[in-house]
Amino acid sequence: MDAETLARIQFGLTAAFHFIFPPISIGLGVILVLLEGIYLKTKNPVYELATKFWVRIFAIVFAVGVASGIVMEFQFGTNWSVYSRFVGDIFGSALAAEGIFAFFLESGFLAVLVFGWNRVTPKVHFLSTIMVMLGSHFSAIWILVANSWQQTPAAYKIAGEGVFRRAEITDFWGLVFNPSSMDRLVHTVVASWATGAFFVVSVSAYYLLKQRHQDVAQAALRVAIPFAVVASLLQPLTGHKSVAGVAQNQPAKLAAFEGHYDSTKPMDLVLLGWTNPSTGQTTAIKIPGMASWLLYRDAQRPVIGLDRFPKQDWPPVAWVFQTYHLMVGVGMLMIALSLLAAWRFRAGKLPECKGLLQALVVAVALPHIANQAGWLSAELGRQPWIVYGLLRTSEGLSKSVPGSHVLTSLILFTVIYAMLFALFLFLLDSKIKEGPTAKVESKRSDRGLI
Amino acid sequence: MDYPFDLQTTWFLLVGVLLTGYAILDGFDLGIGTVYLLAKSDLHRRTLLNAIGPVWDGNEVWLITGGGALFAAFPHVYATVFSGFYLPFMLLLFGLIFRAVAIEFRSKLESARWRQAWDVSFGLASVLIALLAGVALGNMIVGVPLGPDMEYKGTFFTLLNPYSVLVGVTTVALFTMHGSIYAVLKTEGELQEQARKWVFGSIIFFALCYLLTTMATLLFFPHMAEKFRTQPLWLLVPMVNVLALFNIPREIYRRNEMMAFLSSCVAVASLMALFGIGLYPNLVLSNPNPEYSLTIRNASSSEASLTIMLTIAILGMPFVLAYTSAIYWVFRGKVNTQALHY
Repeated sequence: MDAETLARIQFGLTAAFHFIFPPISIGLGVILVLLEGIYLKTKNPVYELATKFWVRIFAIVFAVGVASGIVMEFQFGTNWSVYSRFVGDIFGSALAAEGIFAFFLESGFLAVLVFGWNRVTPKVHFLSTIMVMLGSHFSAIWILVANSWQQTPAAYKIAGEGVFRRAEITDFWGLVFNPSSMDRLVHTVVASWATGAFFVVSVSAYYLLKQRHQDVAQAALRVAIPFAVVASLLQPLTGHKSVAGVAQNQPAKLAAFEGHYDSTKPMDLVLLGWTNPSTGQTTAIKIPGMASWLLYRDAQRPVIGLDRFPKQDWPPVAWVFQTYHLMVGVGMLMIALSLLAAWRFRAGKLPECKGLLQALVVAVALPHIANQAGWLSAELGRQPWIVYGLLRTSEGLSKSVPGSHVLTSLILFTVIYAMLFALFLFLLDSKIKEGPTAKVESKRSDRGLI
Repeated sequence: MDYPFDLQTTWFLLVGVLLTGYAILDGFDLGIGTVYLLAKSDLHRRTLLNAIGPVWDGNEVWLITGGGALFAAFPHVYATVFSGFYLPFMLLLFGLIFRAVAIEFRSKLESARWRQAWDVSFGLASVLIALLAGVALGNMIVGVPLGPDMEYKGTFFTLLNPYSVLVGVTTVALFTMHGSIYAVLKTEGELQEQARKWVFGSIIFFALCYLLTTMATLLFFPHMAEKFRTQPLWLLVPMVNVLALFNIPREIYRRNEMMAFLSSCVAVASLMALFGIGLYPNLVLSNPNPEYSLTIRNASSSEASLTIMLTIAILGMPFVLAYTSAIYWVFRGKVNTQALHY
């Protein structure tokens, strides 16, 4: 394999791994604020116990997120130096804002969250929880702004020649509100809420099944189930908004989503199937003209297909097609499952529904599958461009890094990440088995803890 | 390209401030890592881990932000150095990952073997990170082979020249000293007595390394001393540095731990300042072919970009400094060994 393929695999692998953790932090952060808020208002100790338990889990997720996040930041420079030179002037502002408004906020106040229970007043602790939650959301804003600029570049001018050719920023707010940033931000943040909500639901369902810590589990479910319902139901709306933007700004990506090759025809809405880009055939269960109708309220309206683009500008159609529909399908499943859980929970019957509880325990994986698939379809759909229409992925590669070096780091990343993930699961498992006990806290009654 | 108000110099300073912040803050917790394996009991090791527990990942954020600021303000430096130093930077990343994992996992099981394995990982990773950071700084002084396209033309072994390795060892020594002092500050009793011994040991070790590095720099890389000859006012910086260093054993002896730690912080900051003054206005020296060097002029982002980022920094930094200080204030005082988190 050549250096480019290896570098792309490495970036995909490390980004996919990293993308497990921040969505949990974002969603779990909101749940922590809700749990602790209820505790402060009602003084019900069950909510205190629940908050403390989930803070401990949050800390583990955050630690792995930071460790894998540093890798992402380094990797633009190590493996994609030409790309870094090209986008540095644009990304600079977003990165500066992320560092200053998000990273410090999140990591600083996390210390108070985890270690500060007896060092600060309950109100200050609650304030810290809010700050951590805001920090993780701010982080999402700036990283999505930068990523969306790659999809829909705006507010830039091209300067310099040859190796010094680069995009330079012309307007900060034009970067922040580039054509796809807000749609993609909302869609990703809501996906993260669902990720956090399903995580809490899964662990709480496990406790109900095992008939342990049932008070704490019920308290957490009271917050997490409605949150899961809201987030899952919002996703088709935010997703639709995102697709409408793709139709306008990245028609080749939209065509790949639906396996649409003929620009004279209306676009069908595919539910399940496969597509063969070499023959231009899509075999699928589909609703004819439905995508045209959803986008333009006109089922007959032709939509630009892949035939409008030279083949070298096509994304990997089959991959984009499959990952997109996987995301949509899993999203639908999440809606059904969360509604079902809410219905049984409201009736007070959830603890008796063993089958549903088992399904909810496993459902922790669903948002992650949808996240990864959605991210793959978005980023593969951008190919062959690293910056849409401006710079090809093959041009963005570091020139001074030989393939053998990338292979070495790729192997090491694979081994280390596999180990890290196993350890993460192990630690999570032991924390969950240990459960929301008061044991650690009771020892910390005096002021000088840690 | 001269920008108004010399924006590029301002960003040279800001990146410097962030990396200095990283050196001071992660410096002490990396230093805890180097002395960690010398601790006598499991309780001592756990106490040391808990001393850095609430702050270590916040400290690493300074590196992330420093790296981000470098990418933002001087994208060519970021691109050239990170791709050129590929293998060392990968090692650095693996070191950072292992260290984070070791801190989080070592106390989760009672097994002595489990703990020993993570203890060794934590110690080695801490030393490795400090060493690599120092080697990278060393190469900034020596210069690296660059082409007209700003790309690195050397190999992995170009970076392992004796001078850079010496700077690497010096950095390990500096952080060991800095971390030992932090240990004295945060612990009590038997462990503190031992930490006091580490301070004296590591100061001697650092003083030797520092002397060697200074001589080597003056002999082989006189360009680093150029500004001190032409503008003698800068000599105040090395003077402050030496005074701060001498003050450390004095304050330790008088059991004035906070002053000892602050002196150590000043020492680290003034060393970074020495490095910055010597380097300015270069960022990456090209050796040979100095005409290909990356400077704050040819490697920076555009005026518009630097201005926007400066606005963001001015708006945000006061808050960051305020709540970071507040958080350190919340966690002041000794580690309570009755309630260990790790």
